[in-house]
Amino acid sequence: MTVVLQNAFWILIFPGLAFTLAVGLFASWLVRKVGALVQYRVGPPVYQPLADVMKLMGKEILVPQEGHRTVFIAAPLVGLAGVLLLSTILWLATAGISYVGDVIVAMYLMVFPSLALILGSSASGSPHAAVGAGREMKLVLGYELPLVLALIVVLIKTAGWTEPGEQLSLVAISQRASVLSVSGALAFIVALLCVQAKLGFVPFDIAESESELSGGVLIEYSGALLAVWKLMQAMMLVALPLFLVVVFLGGIDPSGLSFVWGIGKFVLVLVLVILIKNTNPRVRIDQAMRFFWLYCGLAMVVAVILASIGHYRGIAWL
Amino acid sequence: MDWNLWALKKSVWVFHVNTGACNNCDIEIVNLLTPKFDVERFGIKLVGSPRHADALLVTGGGTRQAAVRLKEVYRQTAKPCIVFCMGACACGMGIFEKGYHMAGPIDTILRQVDPDAIIAYVPGCPPKPEAMIMGVVKALAALQPKEKYATERMGQAVVANPA
Ligand code: SF4
Repeated sequence: MTVVLQNAFWILIFPGLAFTLAVGLFASWLVRKVGALVQYRVGPPVYQPLADVMKLMGKEILVPQEGHRTVFIAAPLVGLAGVLLLSTILWLATAGISYVGDVIVAMYLMVFPSLALILGSSASGSPHAAVGAGREMKLVLGYELPLVLALIVVLIKTAGWTEPGEQLSLVAISQRASVLSVSGALAFIVALLCVQAKLGFVPFDIAESESELSGGVLIEYSGALLAVWKLMQAMMLVALPLFLVVVFLGGIDPSGLSFVWGIGKFVLVLVLVILIKNTNPRVRIDQAMRFFWLYCGLAMVVAVILASIGHYRGIAWL
Repeated sequence: MDWNLWALKKSVWVFHVNTGACNNCDIEIVNLLTPKFDVERFGIKLVGSPRHADALLVTGGGTRQAAVRLKEVYRQTAKPCIVFCMGACACGMGIFEKGYHMAGPIDTILRQVDPDAIIAYVPGCPPKPEAMIMGVVKALAALQPKEKYATERMGQAVVANPA
């Protein structure tokens, strides 16, 4: 019984829903504020994301006639649940609570939001949303391969430090910063770009492109359902940079001064994402596919080879 | 304090509808959204779909062709929503008043769909971006919490298909 209660507390309140949402809304304000500063504007006040969500909660929910009602309503909730579990697992891993194989669970949970987006937009019965869903699907196919390869690089590097089989847990991975080696740095850069695509930020906001698909995957959503999507995106803004910090940058150590350094790493990744977002134009879907499969894929193959050589020869910096 | 109303005033997402404007008003609206005026300070944001919108920025006098589309867009907008008539044309057909092709003005067209539509007027030919900001601020200030604006109007009958 106490275990159930504790798990519920973890998921719903402390590192889970309430906490991650608060951090996520703050992070999405940061995205807009830094974007504004880049354009020499003042930008929105700090409560802006909260006001947006509250307003959406009070608005009418329209369900399109040709749409599939159940899937249309369930999709955002499924996406939110996935991100919620992902962020809970990641926060617990920074606190040292983890199990063998949670890396793989995290990888699966990271696909949830895109999957939910594809489901929800196809269920809405709008041609714009269908085009958006198709693009999102291609994008997922594009970035999953380099992301998995980047993770393999980290696993190879971790294998040198821990017991065989133990390297599949997030805590073991976050013991050392694998970015401090040639292959690890390559893997970090590629994973950062994959996270950019997962967040749906420029240059990879192809599925949501406002100018030609007018909202793309989200076009038919309104009111509280749109608010759930916004909350999901806000939580992804916490979970995905946190994933990068845990996997590549040596995690967040929750004790003493190193905690501040851990927060610093998180903010660093977030600011990197925001700067990429604000200094690039949107790419076409074929350009994105070529970029991820050809360039990122090749870079990752090289990184895997380097990491293996480093592992067998015992060269730590490779 | 009415939190729904507060949130609505602090976060207005606008959708731009052209119903046969001479394009000058549209240029001024695009101008309004540039970094110079920075309306994101007030939470105003341009969105691509009427489903996301809280306010429709309507320009132009409402031609017969556009009137049908305007009604459709209004029906698709998630209520509560405010309609801003931007420019002399939208307020009262302006120089196109005697035109054979006019169905407007905008408020007459909208009242056919929803007799209680909330409509604000910003005159000028074209109105300056400063005037538009002033219009939006005044209209938002006029929204009363006692009308239970955000909740009560929800689910209210909008004529399904008057055409
Ligand atoms: S009000 Fe003036 S500027 Fe605006 S659309 Fe009409 S004629 Fe053009």
